[in-house]
Amino acid sequence: MKNTILSQSAQDLTTQDLTTQALTLQGTQIMKRERIWMQFVLSILAIFTIAACSNDGSNKGVGVATDAAQRVYVAPGEKDEFYNFVSGGFSGQLAVYGIPSGRLFRVIPVFSVDPEKGYGFTEETKPMLNTSHGFVPWDDAHHTDLSQTGGVADGKWLFINGNNTPRIARIDLTDFRTKEIIEIPNSAGNHSSPFSTENSEYVVAGTRFTVPIPNADIPISEYAEKFKGALSFVKVDKTTGRMEIAFQLIVPGFDYDLARAGKGPSHDWMFMTCYNTERASTMKEINASQNDKDFILAINWKKCEELAAQGKGTIANVEYAHNVYNDETHTATSTIKKSVRVLTSDDIKEALYYIPTPKSPHGCDVDPTGELIVGGGKLATVIPVMSYSKMLKAIASGKSDKIIDGIRVLPYKDCLAGEVQRPGLGPLHTEFDGKGFAYTSMFVSSEIVKWSLKDFKVVDRIPTYYSIGHLSIPGGNSTKPWGKYVIAYNKMTKDRYLPTGPELTQSAQLYDISGEKMKLLLDFPTIGEPHYAVAMPAALIMKQSRKMYQLMENKHPYVTRKEADTKVVRNGNDVHVYMTSIRSHLSPDNIEGIRVGDKVYWHVTNLEQDWDVPHGFAVIGNNNSELLIMPGETCTLLWEPKKAGVFPFYCTDFCSALHQEMQGYARVSNGGSAPLTWNKK
Amino acid sequence: MAAGALALLGLFAFPMWSIWLEAPQYPKGSELGIFIHINTIEGSRPNDLDNINNLNHYIGMKRIEADAIPELKYMPIIVLVLVGLGLVVAGIGKRWLILVWLGLLIAAGALGMYDFWLWEYDYGHNLDPRAAIKIEGMSYQPPLFGSAQLLNFTAHSYPAIGFGFIVLGSVLAAAAWWLGRIPTKRVEHQRILP
Repeated sequence: MKNTILSQSAQDLTTQDLTTQALTLQGTQIMKRERIWMQFVLSILAIFTIAACSNDGSNKGVGVATDAAQRVYVAPGEKDEFYNFVSGGFSGQLAVYGIPSGRLFRVIPVFSVDPEKGYGFTEETKPMLNTSHGFVPWDDAHHTDLSQTGGVADGKWLFINGNNTPRIARIDLTDFRTKEIIEIPNSAGNHSSPFSTENSEYVVAGTRFTVPIPNADIPISEYAEKFKGALSFVKVDKTTGRMEIAFQLIVPGFDYDLARAGKGPSHDWMFMTCYNTERASTMKEINASQNDKDFILAINWKKCEELAAQGKGTIANVEYAHNVYNDETHTATSTIKKSVRVLTSDDIKEALYYIPTPKSPHGCDVDPTGELIVGGGKLATVIPVMSYSKMLKAIASGKSDKIIDGIRVLPYKDCLAGEVQRPGLGPLHTEFDGKGFAYTSMFVSSEIVKWSLKDFKVVDRIPTYYSIGHLSIPGGNSTKPWGKYVIAYNKMTKDRYLPTGPELTQSAQLYDISGEKMKLLLDFPTIGEPHYAVAMPAALIMKQSRKMYQLMENKHPYVTRKEADTKVVRNGNDVHVYMTSIRSHLSPDNIEGIRVGDKVYWHVTNLEQDWDVPHGFAVIGNNNSELLIMPGETCTLLWEPKKAGVFPFYCTDFCSALHQEMQGYARVSNGGSAPLTWNKK
Repeated sequence: MAAGALALLGLFAFPMWSIWLEAPQYPKGSELGIFIHINTIEGSRPNDLDNINNLNHYIGMKRIEADAIPELKYMPIIVLVLVGLGLVVAGIGKRWLILVWLGLLIAAGALGMYDFWLWEYDYGHNLDPRAAIKIEGMSYQPPLFGSAQLLNFTAHSYPAIGFGFIVLGSVLAAAAWWLGRIPTKRVEHQRILP
């Protein structure tokens, strides 16, 4: 409370400061000198006020709601109102939080191995991380998008991009598992991804690093002529969610950054920002920041789809992995695909237009009506708002500023609906509350700015701690936002949390936007580095949440459906253990006849058909992870014993009162021809 | 009277008794349930009975399996016989026969409850001596009616919808007997109609 009053007086000082400034504008020399001293005194006062604010060691920040504690408190046993799916950045994973409490429920492994869940370690999940480069155990996951029907999240799937080794993953929202990963060929830095069209007809994958297409051993100095951008449209099957690359657009070699599909009237279009229109290959920091305006690329994907269907373009030889997890066999398979349909700008001239946008744009966001397209220029001094209908007129007028590789650059002014003046510094990304307002994150000035979609005037601003990147309103990218909260995903935390050495936690911040003024409610830590995130009402997802896998529907080739069927089978040097686990024993639990040099495959089926009873499995000294097996599921752990002896194994998930007893032994012998033996219950 | 007899057929569609097991690990909304029908015994959800059996192995209780309970085979016959007799009674239209039928029904019900208690006693007391959890003097007989604490579980034993049909049958039969006491033509007529 004390802090709130003090920070209020600090704001008053700033107002006085401005008033003083105004008065002296037409003043005399003496007044000018007085002004200098007055400002000096005011500055000292301001510094002391700030010092007084933080002298108890806390820096709560400006705009904290007085009832924040009540607003975010979810009482024991009660549930959050929203799920928040937050990209894990360089962790490569997806984190699931509850809003408003900010509690972390689950980290879904996507692009990085996760020994806790056996992801990328079990024989079933290793294929998920296969790529044209072989097994890649890590990636950098930036953006999430939910599958949509009619522009509204339908709760079926979540898509997330892998930026480093270009990939898109699909996560099933009934069991919160990664079900599919598709690699994107000809791409390098899958940043402008995986944004979905209005009915999830496609998710898009635009490249942030342009490369020679096809990739080749050529001098980097030939960047400007030889390097190209590939924008992929990945078709999503309506019922299964299965992805396939429908076609790729080969476009000028700029850096394609973020995208958003049109809605309603603009349904057929995808809008994608790009920077480095200078086509610099080195010191991009300077060399890619020279042009005053870069572009939003407007893509008529419907037209591209038609042209592709007519057989336009060529089939290019490529190599990319398509990894699919089968729900019935609980097993992933990886297929290397060899071709993709490629359309060049010559093939699709009437489907691509560049709209100039100031400067080095990042975000590209379409308002709920589908008419306004908001750019976010990292180095821009305004937030440009483009009009879809004006863009159509500009296209029809035939006017263009210039033509790049056959693509028309439309006149900026002709497409412009308006500019938000003096919004702050470093506008990045915008979401909408469905009540006529937009919220833009400001990286450099570290704040969220709320502005009106009617007159493009700023109506409110609130600091973030610190340097916000993306922000998210539940449904804030859709036609139907649930505009109750905005969540900031920050790039730094500095002094916000207990220090943990040089590497500090990353964080998100929750703001109430139900009233006229934004109010800060909560800081909460996040995994990896949070980039974009999406949120939707919990009620729409929790009712479809899976409790277990049906044992009788388990079609794993090594499933064991009852204890009587457990066995150990030798096939050359491969030993297959058909094991079951149920409270509180593993069957079989004594195995002899394994030899040094064998490859032992533990196929463990969890026989439980009860909610929240997973079993774990681990073997001493195994150069591998554990297994974590859900009820009704079969998982396989490879073990290659290197010396003779007796090796204990056990259940690693405290499943029951006699969990500690849930253990057994494997005897490993040097050579010999002793037959495999195991005990039966 | 015929309606009373036919009401018993409801027992073929609905369970007559239910036992709900609540525990810290199986909170309200996720508790395990057993439904006892005249011809089978099943979980309230597809896996409940298996899960109960699985948990019961810690205390050495026999697995509850419909095939191992002979009552489930002859109870449907008894019910069908009672329905048949009820219809015969309705056809004959003699008031005192209604009382006999009611007596038979109540006797069958009482016998059923006694048998149920014996069954519960058997499962609750005849435990595997090698069971992991053995507590001196502890038995695991669920209550015949009402709730009882059995280790971490609270067992609730109450009649289910099917039992309501027995009550309905009895009430209808009793009503038929009561209305039949005035021998007017109208009522006589009503008595015979279902």
